[in-house]
Amino acid sequence: MDNIAGVKSRLTWAVNIAVLVLVLLWTIPTFGLLVSSFRDRDQISTSGWWTALSSSERNLTLRGASPSEAIETPDGWVIEGNLFDGPAEITAFGINANRPTEFTPGDTAERRGAFITVQQDGAYRIVSAEQPEGSRGTRIFVTSMEAPKFTLDNYRNVLFSEGIGKSFINTFTVTIPATIIPILVAAFAAYALAWMEFPGRALLIATVVGLLVVPLQMALIPLLRLHNEIGIGKDYLGIWLAHTGFGLPLAIYLLRNYIAGLPREIIESARVDGATDFEIFRKIVLPLSFPALASFAIFQFLWVWNDLLVATVFLGNNEDQLVMTGRLRELLGSRGGDWEILAASAFVSIAVPLLVFFGLQKYLVRGLLSGSVKGG
Amino acid sequence: MEQLFWALFTVVIGVFGCVLYFFLSNMILDRIYPAKGPNAGRNINRAARIRPWLFMFPALFLLTMYLLYPVVISVWLSFHGSDGDEFIGGGNYAWLLSDEKFAESMKNNMLWLIVVPAGSTFFGLIAAALTDRIKWGNFAKSLIFMPMAISFVGASVIWKFVYDYRAEGEAQIGLLNAIVTYFGGAPQAWITVPFWNSFFLMAILIWIQTGFAMVILSAALRGISEETIEAAILDGANPFQIFWKIKVPQIWGTIAVVWTTITILVLKVFDIVLAMTNGQWGSQVLANLMFDWMFRGLDIGRASTVALVIMLLVTPIMVWNIRNARREMV
Repeated sequence: MDNIAGVKSRLTWAVNIAVLVLVLLWTIPTFGLLVSSFRDRDQISTSGWWTALSSSERNLTLRGASPSEAIETPDGWVIEGNLFDGPAEITAFGINANRPTEFTPGDTAERRGAFITVQQDGAYRIVSAEQPEGSRGTRIFVTSMEAPKFTLDNYRNVLFSEGIGKSFINTFTVTIPATIIPILVAAFAAYALAWMEFPGRALLIATVVGLLVVPLQMALIPLLRLHNEIGIGKDYLGIWLAHTGFGLPLAIYLLRNYIAGLPREIIESARVDGATDFEIFRKIVLPLSFPALASFAIFQFLWVWNDLLVATVFLGNNEDQLVMTGRLRELLGSRGGDWEILAASAFVSIAVPLLVFFGLQKYLVRGLLSGSVKGG
Repeated sequence: MEQLFWALFTVVIGVFGCVLYFFLSNMILDRIYPAKGPNAGRNINRAARIRPWLFMFPALFLLTMYLLYPVVISVWLSFHGSDGDEFIGGGNYAWLLSDEKFAESMKNNMLWLIVVPAGSTFFGLIAAALTDRIKWGNFAKSLIFMPMAISFVGASVIWKFVYDYRAEGEAQIGLLNAIVTYFGGAPQAWITVPFWNSFFLMAILIWIQTGFAMVILSAALRGISEETIEAAILDGANPFQIFWKIKVPQIWGTIAVVWTTITILVLKVFDIVLAMTNGQWGSQVLANLMFDWMFRGLDIGRASTVALVIMLLVTPIMVWNIRNARREMV
């Protein structure tokens, strides 16, 4: 629009850079955790994820084989082997905990009459004049370079042994009915509020607008007591009903705005043709409102899937009922330092909403706009 | 798996139940007041008076049960003791006024109320203005919008990793401390620093909400009439002047909507504080305080009172929204 007068904006490059900075700021935190979720457990805790592609230096304390494996040779008693199971690259080693990088690979160190040589690939040779005693092998400190390691183990681990897999199913169990049921209930109400004349209609619409902002916190204690009294207790039925109730104001509001905006002629002419309200609703309003229904469905899905509060209050804390957000919160408390578990769990839990988000962004944006711009 | 089956079964039952209810209730109404015969005119009128309520009954029932009834009960509970049975008058309110944690929560909530809506709206406005001018703007928008899809707990995990702290001298694995130490600073355990830790938590919510502000403000910016901008260009205004003096004043209404929507969200913020600090180190907020009294303090009287305070804080916005909605309908 700034080019209307024919002046090419000189700010274009600055704008590009500014947007790039914003985008990076907004994506890097997520990206960092995503990268970490594929890294090896030890590497996550010893080096930043941004170094994931370069080799990392690690200080290790290892032991040679036990003295009982010493073999008598013309040189003396020899213990041989490799400190590592796989390929390795050692940059320094030592035999004293205070000077772990005293020797370079290939050097020979002396400790209590034993000569210790460590090669770059981790091979060691300990030669002593007398037969070594004791049960534990000699301690050797090494600094090794580790090639970057990426693994799917973290995901396998959280899905099958940390209970995330079960929580994933629990979350679906909560989400599906809690998304679909309010739509239908709200659609009928929205139609009545949009196209039927009756006393008190304006008041009801105002009430719905008011209820939009009622904090959930208000509802928790009274409803939990109510659920316990009528025997629902902490179970899926309770949370389905709760999410339906809490989602209704937004559903009615969004759908009413949309349905009220449908062309009057269509509905009037159907009435003239003798269609009942039920038929008009089913055959005309419902199909035409598809975009609004989709918008709300996405909102409700994201909201229910991501909810922690309602699930914590209305569901139990057991294996069969713990949803993913609840599980994640527990992991944050109990395994706060195990980033490989946390990272992989977090990504399992945000994968589905992200898919929905990127797949159906169009409807989401449309819903947001009709809810806020028009409603304001 | 069995659960999923039950879930799907519920969907089917629920959907069929709803359809059946609407279908049957309408049919019965038409039976009672048939639109033909001698009294056709009167019957049609009567049916038309009842039918809207048939359409609305399930929704009204649920709204009453799940939103209106709790407000009443909460008020009642706030005058009762820890198990909700014993009447203690204004005891809970007296406790509220003298409680340190409540004072801390109020103070923090006020900070959140200022910083988060301001931050999100500001960044959202900048992002909207900038992305509308470049070719890859839509792609950039989706990426900035993305955190909206992430749960607060998921976002907390993501940011806890950014704020992660290792003792000085060790390799920092948290991005923030790595940057700080790179420039020669000392690493900090950010979320345990009283007062400032709240800001690190607010950053998370700003990060989530900026996309929302951006999407709405971007649509508003595009709705501005081109004539005003053309006129400004002809008068020699530079792009900054056009943005701040021509465009922004025209979208104040939308900015207010974005601001209030985020404000409501902020008042209810709970997951982030629970997951990051659980209210320790002086970072408590009302919603988490309420949760604390409900689950750990096991005092539903006090928890209800705190919930009522949140409700009270939301009320001005509620009134404002209702007035706007009514004005629009007239």
